[in-house]
Amino acid sequence: MHLLKLISRNALRHKLRTSLTVLGLMVAVLAFGLLQTVVGAWYAKAEAAKANRLVTRNAISLVFSMPLSYRQKIRTVEGVKQVSLANWVGSIYKEPKNFFAQFAVDDMYFDAYPEYVMSEQQKHDYMHDRRGCIVGRRLAETYGFKVGDSLAMRGAIFPGDWNFVVRAIYDGAEKNTDSAQMFFHWDYLNETVKIRYPRRLDQVGVYIVVAADSDNSARIALDVDKLFKNSAAETLTETEKAFQLGFISMSATIVEGVRLISYLVIFIIMAVMANTIAMTVRERTSEYATLKALGFGPGFVGALIYGESLVIALAGGVLGILLTFPVGAGFASQLGKFFPVFQVSLATVQLQLVCAVVVGLAAAVLPARQAGRIKIVDGLRSIA
Amino acid sequence: MSDGNGAAPPLVRLHDITKSYKRGAQIVPVLSGISFDIGAGEFLALMGPSGSGKSTLLNLIAGIDQPDSGELLVDGVNIGALSEVELADWRAGNVGFIFQFYNLMPVLTAFENVELPLLLASLSRAERRDHVEAVLELVGLQDRAEHYPNELSGGQQQRVAIARALVSDPNLIVADEPTGDLDRESAEDILKLMQTLNRELHKTIILVTHDARAAAHAHAIMHLEKGELSAREEVTGH
Repeated sequence: MHLLKLISRNALRHKLRTSLTVLGLMVAVLAFGLLQTVVGAWYAKAEAAKANRLVTRNAISLVFSMPLSYRQKIRTVEGVKQVSLANWVGSIYKEPKNFFAQFAVDDMYFDAYPEYVMSEQQKHDYMHDRRGCIVGRRLAETYGFKVGDSLAMRGAIFPGDWNFVVRAIYDGAEKNTDSAQMFFHWDYLNETVKIRYPRRLDQVGVYIVVAADSDNSARIALDVDKLFKNSAAETLTETEKAFQLGFISMSATIVEGVRLISYLVIFIIMAVMANTIAMTVRERTSEYATLKALGFGPGFVGALIYGESLVIALAGGVLGILLTFPVGAGFASQLGKFFPVFQVSLATVQLQLVCAVVVGLAAAVLPARQAGRIKIVDGLRSIA
Repeated sequence: MSDGNGAAPPLVRLHDITKSYKRGAQIVPVLSGISFDIGAGEFLALMGPSGSGKSTLLNLIAGIDQPDSGELLVDGVNIGALSEVELADWRAGNVGFIFQFYNLMPVLTAFENVELPLLLASLSRAERRDHVEAVLELVGLQDRAEHYPNELSGGQQQRVAIARALVSDPNLIVADEPTGDLDRESAEDILKLMQTLNRELHKTIILVTHDARAAAHAHAIMHLEKGELSAREEVTGH
């Protein structure tokens, strides 16, 4: 009890210094949390992937397409429950800066992705409108889309004007579900392509293969690719997670850089904190010597120093964690186009807390050792 | 001062104590061949010029420093042979410290400062409170118990330090220039208080000072010069 009293009062002794240290820690823990969330956002799609979903693409590159006829063949592979298809269209909404993902998908697509949740009525309306489209809730909120709105897009991969009507708005069933996408009928794309670019008719970007049992996913992937071996468009089938990680690997260096910076921030504040605690201990040398003279052991003195360091670190850490949520939400609204899923996870909060504790403990190691070793007679001679 | 022939053994016995310090590569002798006894209940002043070794000698007797050689017995315990941990335990129960600059914890109230040494004893909170209130009353600061050191005058702070030195009821009280930072009036009050502790509570007090007027409050004065005991002078009127 007395130890806690001494620790808390000592921590508040130099209010300005303590406040600045807490502020520094708060900013560092906040920055760490945000950077970790950025890394998490990068992996969000991969994390949201389902084990029974496979993605088949052209083996050469995702840029190349596959014939529509592959769908029927893939369906014949044992263990395949459903095959759906999608094309990335990459159109522009008003201005190039208004970037969001758009896919032309078949009607089976939403059976493969049950995490895209919408009302039956809206889904029905979409199914019965050739130019209908579905947008995610986040996208709708960002651009103010409402059901019934007309949506004019300018094609990039498929040049020309594309006109849609918003027929449904989906919500994510899970926290990490991407709700910043737009889907429309693949048939609408294909029919338009037939008129505008006949050579690109009946071409599919990716097939979504749903396995009846996720345990068979690896075997199914091999069997699908075997089907198209030595064909004009060989395929590469992999789990949805591997497919998404493939995208991330293109920017792996950046992701790792961000992760490294997040730890560097913590390391820097650790050094600052260690300096602050060392300065504090130097000032209180005669007090520690007095305590030792009175009969308190080096353990008590060490506990005072570790305790004070931990209290300051935790105060900054907890404030940083609490701030991460509103600041993270602000980031999410600003960076929603780049990070459709930007949520502070429990793992990030736990990591922030661990970092604060580690900073508190590590910063006290050398000062506590120094204070524990100081001879009483030398300590009593020092005047702060 | 025990003459060595009486029935009661001395509280402190030093025999051929030497102590030196390292200053860079150089070894500086501070005390050489110091031998004397201090009887229980005695009030002894150690005087000498700066660097004479009087504080070093006090530190050795108080167990916060160790002699290089010689034997140092306090109440029959050879404190020179104790480990650091044993010495800390011994100090907690046997020595009360009064420092020149009071050395109070600024974040603790007078009450809490006085209570500090009792945290090392197995006492209940109520017992600690009783002890602390008793010694604060003894030093005349019962109404200042909740004040922090920076809310007290120098003299009052030194009284708190004296209460802290007394609270665990040690036989030996060591005071290193306890009036060195006080005005004459406050210094006189503190010295009178120390006399009272010696006379009424029979505490053995060793006072280090270079102030002859302060030393005059003791029973006897011992002079140290260049690490050697040069003379012992009995103070008349005690």
